Amino acid sequence: MQIDLRTVTIKPLRQTFGHLARRMGADKPASRYMEATMDLMPVENFHYRPTWEPQHEIFDATRTRIKMKDWYALKDPRQYYYGAWVQARGRMQETAEGDFDLVDELGLAAAYPAEGRQAAFAVFLPLRHVAWAANINDSFIAAYGYGIAITQAACYACMDQLGVAQYVTRLGMAFGDLDALTAAKDAWLHAPEWQELRRFLEDLMVEKDWFELLVAQDFVLNGLLFPLVYGRFNEKLNASYGPVFSMLTRFQREWHAETVKWIDSVLKAAAADNPSNQAQLGAWVEHWRARALKAIAPVASLAFAEQTGVVLQEIVDQLNARAAKVGIAS
Amino acid sequence: MSNAFIAFQKCEETRCIVEAITDDNPNAVVNDQPAMVKVDVPGRLVIKRATVEEKMGRPFDLQELQLYLITISGHLDETDDEFTLRWNS
Amino acid sequence: MDMKVAKKLGLKERYTLLTRDLAWETTYQPMDKVFPQTTYEGIKIHDWNKWEDPFRLTMDAYWKYQSEKERKLYAILDAFNQNNGHLSVTDARYVNVLKLFLGSTPPLELMAALGFSMVGRQMVGAGPRVACLMQSVDEYRHFQTQIHSISNYNKYYSGLSEFAHQQSRMWYLSDGKSFFDDAITAGPFEFMVAIGFAFEYVLTNILFVPFISGAAYNGDMAAMTVGFSAQSDEARHMTLGLECIKFMLEQDPANLPIIQRWIDKWTWRGTRKLASVGMMMDYMLPKRVMSFKEAWEIYFEQNGTALFNDLARYGIKVPKCFAQTVAEKEHVTHQSWIGFYMKPNAMSFHTWIPGKEELDWLSEKYPNTFDKYYRPTLEYWDKMEKAGKRFNNLTQPMNCQCCLNTVKYNEPDDPMSTCFRESVYQGEKFHFCSDHCKEIFDFEPEKYIQAFISSNQALQGNCVPEGVDASAPEFNPAEHMVDYWRLDPAVQGDFNGSQDQKNFAAWRDQATKN
Repeated sequence: MQIDLRTVTIKPLRQTFGHLARRMGADKPASRYMEATMDLMPVENFHYRPTWEPQHEIFDATRTRIKMKDWYALKDPRQYYYGAWVQARGRMQETAEGDFDLVDELGLAAAYPAEGRQAAFAVFLPLRHVAWAANINDSFIAAYGYGIAITQAACYACMDQLGVAQYVTRLGMAFGDLDALTAAKDAWLHAPEWQELRRFLEDLMVEKDWFELLVAQDFVLNGLLFPLVYGRFNEKLNASYGPVFSMLTRFQREWHAETVKWIDSVLKAAAADNPSNQAQLGAWVEHWRARALKAIAPVASLAFAEQTGVVLQEIVDQLNARAAKVGIAS
Repeated sequence: MSNAFIAFQKCEETRCIVEAITDDNPNAVVNDQPAMVKVDVPGRLVIKRATVEEKMGRPFDLQELQLYLITISGHLDETDDEFTLRWNS
Repeated sequence: MDMKVAKKLGLKERYTLLTRDLAWETTYQPMDKVFPQTTYEGIKIHDWNKWEDPFRLTMDAYWKYQSEKERKLYAILDAFNQNNGHLSVTDARYVNVLKLFLGSTPPLELMAALGFSMVGRQMVGAGPRVACLMQSVDEYRHFQTQIHSISNYNKYYSGLSEFAHQQSRMWYLSDGKSFFDDAITAGPFEFMVAIGFAFEYVLTNILFVPFISGAAYNGDMAAMTVGFSAQSDEARHMTLGLECIKFMLEQDPANLPIIQRWIDKWTWRGTRKLASVGMMMDYMLPKRVMSFKEAWEIYFEQNGTALFNDLARYGIKVPKCFAQTVAEKEHVTHQSWIGFYMKPNAMSFHTWIPGKEELDWLSEKYPNTFDKYYRPTLEYWDKMEKAGKRFNNLTQPMNCQCCLNTVKYNEPDDPMSTCFRESVYQGEKFHFCSDHCKEIFDFEPEKYIQAFISSNQALQGNCVPEGVDASAPEFNPAEHMVDYWRLDPAVQGDFNGSQDQKNFAAWRDQATKN
């Protein structure tokens, strides 16, 4: 044991926990993300089988068709452990709050043309229910996913979608229009433009393979819907009526851009692990993309009218480019 | 009668909150421990936003209590203006 | 939120708009396919809208307050680490508290995170779903901040490094693992009663308030900060547990007997789980905060009585085990310490005989039991250690099939007799530490026969390190346990003479002298 008497430096006996040193191949300092994530889900010696699903163990890699040599290869490039995640969201919340306050203070909502408000509400407000469905679906992945790398990230995504649902709801509140929220719920439940999307999401709510759900919800649907609405539709509103809605949906735009890094990294690692995964992921993307397009086409029509076909094609091309980049052919 | 209670981390803000509690709850008993302060009130304990704001000298959202709270006892009811803990028996 | 319109709505109305109004009854898929687990336990819910949200926290407020807490917490952890804060603890024996804590608690917080994700997904009602999912993400916070706060100690002290490997293998961690495995394999409503109510409401203060005060008393600013910070989340968790009980009881009278049985079961399982926490308070904190007996009186007997008096209007009775826990509070910690003391080479933390002043403190705090039943044993072992014959019991303990504790508690009316109970099920005999554990088993034997009991499994050859062949003729399970656990030789043996003791003294000396 070395002791440096001059600077009161004491020499550590080790740099990190045993399981991390073995994983890294050397005893060196580990990041907070690694300490919080790697190899922490119990893998053996379970005491009882789930009464709700006795054919599986409590944590069971066979709940999906995807197979991984190392489930922790699905780690999050953002390195979100709780502290990192919540502080990132705290900063986004402060910005969003500033935007809502400014709109309120300057009377920008009241000054917004009524025609623009109606057009915006028709597309935005039912999305509060879409985000709620995403919260349910991501909570399934958080619950039944394998390995803390996945369950943790899905749990954060699930809470983020609740946040999205609440920020969308506040669009109605910002304009002092609670009746519009009621109308939006009615449209969600009954209006023809929304039924395919509602059916899509309810079908996902009974999907049992959590990885398939991740592909359908977090890669395909989010990957089409967010650029369509929070990107392109906002641009259209900005041009016609002004940027108020862009300001008030900033959280959603920034969130999606950040989340794409996570989901793309996870799919890339899964596809690279073995050819069976690659084929399965490709099949899922193909299947759910077709269904998602059918589901969002009527919503896109509400937003873009005769431009719908062109806009959707661009959005799909972007999604396909992402899929190709992560090694999934579909 | 059972005590409702609330315990906080000790800091400048909770010094004000505890003062507000003792002002608004005549039977409150304050229990000082290392790094923690606990307040017991028989039956019903109420924290009033207006009183806390007066003690702190700034606006206060009752949800900010979350930053300092350690534990509670009693059924909770929360509005914009009052945070109440009570036992019904 | 400063919207003028929103301000006209009260907190409750705003919150409804921002949570349960988001939900709807599915029509393209039937609700019971979307939520398949809500009826099999026999609990009847007629109207999910009757759920009252106690803490009405929207995600923006959640992020605002939690990020502020987190910023402060990590600033303190960084300062603590930079300043060799570990040398400020009262004495090096304290680090053994952290070894037991790290082994037992973060893995269970993680189980809570995963369990609340599951229950959150399975709850039909929007109100309880949001509360459960928020608790799930809070539990990620707890398990991770606990690991982060202890990480620095791992660099300097031995017995912390293999906590991840040992969580499912170390024998004395089985009580906690079986507790949470039991809850998570039960249905969503039982999980809520077990964890949300029994653990997070009835018993939580026993675990955290004295323990965190213990950290504060003993100079461990890192653990104290993490502990207090986590407690503010716990207040929300407590209200979820209490609301869940009230909600279920108000929904249908048929729920009462089911809930009562769960309250009885889980209060008992939780009591057994907390014996080692009591032991930490009485034996392992160099500077003690209060005795386990005192903590039990304040946080279980008094606070519990207030709670059960309140719930009496629903027909709920005080848990069956209440009186026994009160009688046992003067015994369990001593029995636990004695049980651990005698296995110095099979644990990832040290034990020792308390010094004279500490024994006197125990005599004072436990006037009815300590001098009569326990002090003589400890003093005898002290003599043995000083004579170079430190006691080491090499036999395997018998474990309770239900709670997984070693069978070492006394007959309720006779402190001089160990309490043994047994049941025969399908021709096989099972053993228990108490009437309450036997009763839990007898009600659901198909579940409890599955338990993984370390000593039995080891003898059957199921606890072997990678690369060892248990079917080989010369295989002897005892030879492989240390490797199976990856137990660091430096943490074996008594605290006296340990590497920790020597290092701490040298480092502290070196930090304070010239």
